[in-house]
Amino acid sequence: MNKTPEQINQDLLRPLYHATWRFYAAATILTALVVAAFFAWGYQIYYGIGVSGLNRPVFWAFYITNFVFWIGISHAGTLISAILRVSNASWRRPVTRCAEAITVFALSISAMFPLIHLGRPWLFFWLIPYPSERGIWPQFRSPLLWDFFAINTYLIGSVTFLALPSFPDFALIRDRADGWRKKVYSIVSLGWRGTPKQWHRLEMAMRIMAVAIIPVAVSVHTIVSWDFAMAPVPGWHSTIFGPYFVAGAIFSGIAALIIAMALLRKLLHLEEYLKPIHFDNLGKLLLVMSLLWFYFVFAERLTTWYGNSPSEMAVFWTTQVGSFSPLFWTMVFCNFIIPAPILAIKNLRNKIGWTVVASIPIIIGMWLERFLIIVPSLSHKILPYNFGSYRPSWVEITITVGTFAGMGLLYLIFSRVFPIISIWELKLGMTKGEAPALASQEAATEQPQGG
Amino acid sequence: MVIDEDRCTGCEACVAACHAENNIATVGDAEAARGRAMHWIRVERYYEGDFPDIRVKYRPVLCQQCSDAPCEPVCPTYASYHNPEGLNAQIYNRCIGTRYCANACPYTVRVFNFYNPVWDKPLNLQLNPDVSLRSVGIMEKCTFCIQRIKVAEIKAKTEKRPLKDGEFNPACVESCPTGAMVFGDLNDPESRVSRLSRSSRGTTLLEELGTHPVVTYLKRDTWDHEQNA
Repeated sequence: MNKTPEQINQDLLRPLYHATWRFYAAATILTALVVAAFFAWGYQIYYGIGVSGLNRPVFWAFYITNFVFWIGISHAGTLISAILRVSNASWRRPVTRCAEAITVFALSISAMFPLIHLGRPWLFFWLIPYPSERGIWPQFRSPLLWDFFAINTYLIGSVTFLALPSFPDFALIRDRADGWRKKVYSIVSLGWRGTPKQWHRLEMAMRIMAVAIIPVAVSVHTIVSWDFAMAPVPGWHSTIFGPYFVAGAIFSGIAALIIAMALLRKLLHLEEYLKPIHFDNLGKLLLVMSLLWFYFVFAERLTTWYGNSPSEMAVFWTTQVGSFSPLFWTMVFCNFIIPAPILAIKNLRNKIGWTVVASIPIIIGMWLERFLIIVPSLSHKILPYNFGSYRPSWVEITITVGTFAGMGLLYLIFSRVFPIISIWELKLGMTKGEAPALASQEAATEQPQGG
Repeated sequence: MVIDEDRCTGCEACVAACHAENNIATVGDAEAARGRAMHWIRVERYYEGDFPDIRVKYRPVLCQQCSDAPCEPVCPTYASYHNPEGLNAQIYNRCIGTRYCANACPYTVRVFNFYNPVWDKPLNLQLNPDVSLRSVGIMEKCTFCIQRIKVAEIKAKTEKRPLKDGEFNPACVESCPTGAMVFGDLNDPESRVSRLSRSSRGTTLLEELGTHPVVTYLKRDTWDHEQNA
């Protein structure tokens, strides 16, 4: 990269000033879908949860699937970014901001689902431990309450993690802009002047956050898995669920990150910043997670089959050869058979198009995985008399589509108000002589330099 | 409670009595076909043997009032809790409808109000004033007719005497024409229900899960005798 700092400023701040008709068209369509989803939710609140396809015994289905899926996607960002920061991988610099933004948005979306799925959503605040007039605390033994704390901790942590390194960039915009932008960015840059003291504190804060957020991220998805693993339901009550969910989360998260980066690169013309090397490196991570995912599924299935407990086997057969088997084998294709070979071949992995081809099925496959964990087990609980089935209603489908649109919309707006690549970190990398990491295929690990 | 599978004829009088006693909504056949029927007690039918030697086995299943209930710790709002008398109480006002308890229940005896309750006319005129009505979004389940327990307890207290064995019964027990169900105090070793629960035919449902139900099933053994004969 032979760009001057001023050229970088101009390249990366351009989206904040110029929007094409494509932006408005996309924003309109996505907004319409989000509005439809909110309408569906309102309809459900008005008439009752009965407008969904839920029944006895399938009390959880699409909503909880979406909840787990979006939490999984949220693991792309903060966790990956934190690991790359802690390990000082210099190729991270153009990637971290868009990754961290995925976390914040996906987590916000997923945090809505426990509310959407409630029978009486207007009473959700009873989950909050506060000295209420009802004279009762929430049940601290309930995994749902652990969830509540885990998600809130993670949300606060990842918002902080996104916000901290943004202040210098906001200040940059403030200094260059005039009119309303100057006012707005003056406020959000929180008085950043770039003094050595401020830089020092920012560095310290980032170092602490990067280390602290990793256990938080791991614990969040472990606790989500415990929502299932703690219940005596065939196929749920398993010790493998914690690591299985965390691995699956990172897997789907990286896939989402690759897709988002490819779109940004194309739409915002960031070809000189997001290079094949970034996709190649993320592709390697994705390959590792794909193999790990397959290992987990295999280990889980084999132990179930070998154990041969009747209630577990009812769930096993319905997913392997029964009514859920088309979904199951689609999942295996999407998560392993399609992406693993693509990502294993170097000449495909270092082409951006191919990493996207590998990532899209993973998103579908991981959504199916969450669905297949929930519904076959609930519809085949221990007593055969209560076997049931499930079919989603238009309400659930609309809300599900709406969340994908919502994710797109939030990201679209984000890319118009935030510099999508952290400008100061990019420049810092250049002054440290990391230019090759941006320019060529050598992703040399940066020498630790105390910052 | 003790349920004798040898005596159950599968008439479902208990189901009807339970609906009437506890103000349980009738959801209609379309909703029931979707698996949303709200019976607090159901009669499970199992077929044993090969054609033509088929025997039908009936098993009334209601909340087992587990001593170690999986539904209780999972509820984030204490709607599902263990009352001092050992019942799994469901406190409707606290329920926010996470439906986690119903997933955790291995017996699938919890039912959910997917809509606000309705009763076909003239059933709407016979609601029991002793039982609260439940609104949409709330989980409910068998209470062992706690309203009857309370009435009997208060009566005994005013008369300054202990409760007598068999003084009152839940609606299902009272309606059972063959006397297949027996209700009483398991803490009293001399009560009828205690004696029956110690029977060699006694077994509990899904015993291996360690939920320690207080409902004992007396297993059907006539079929085995006939086969062995």
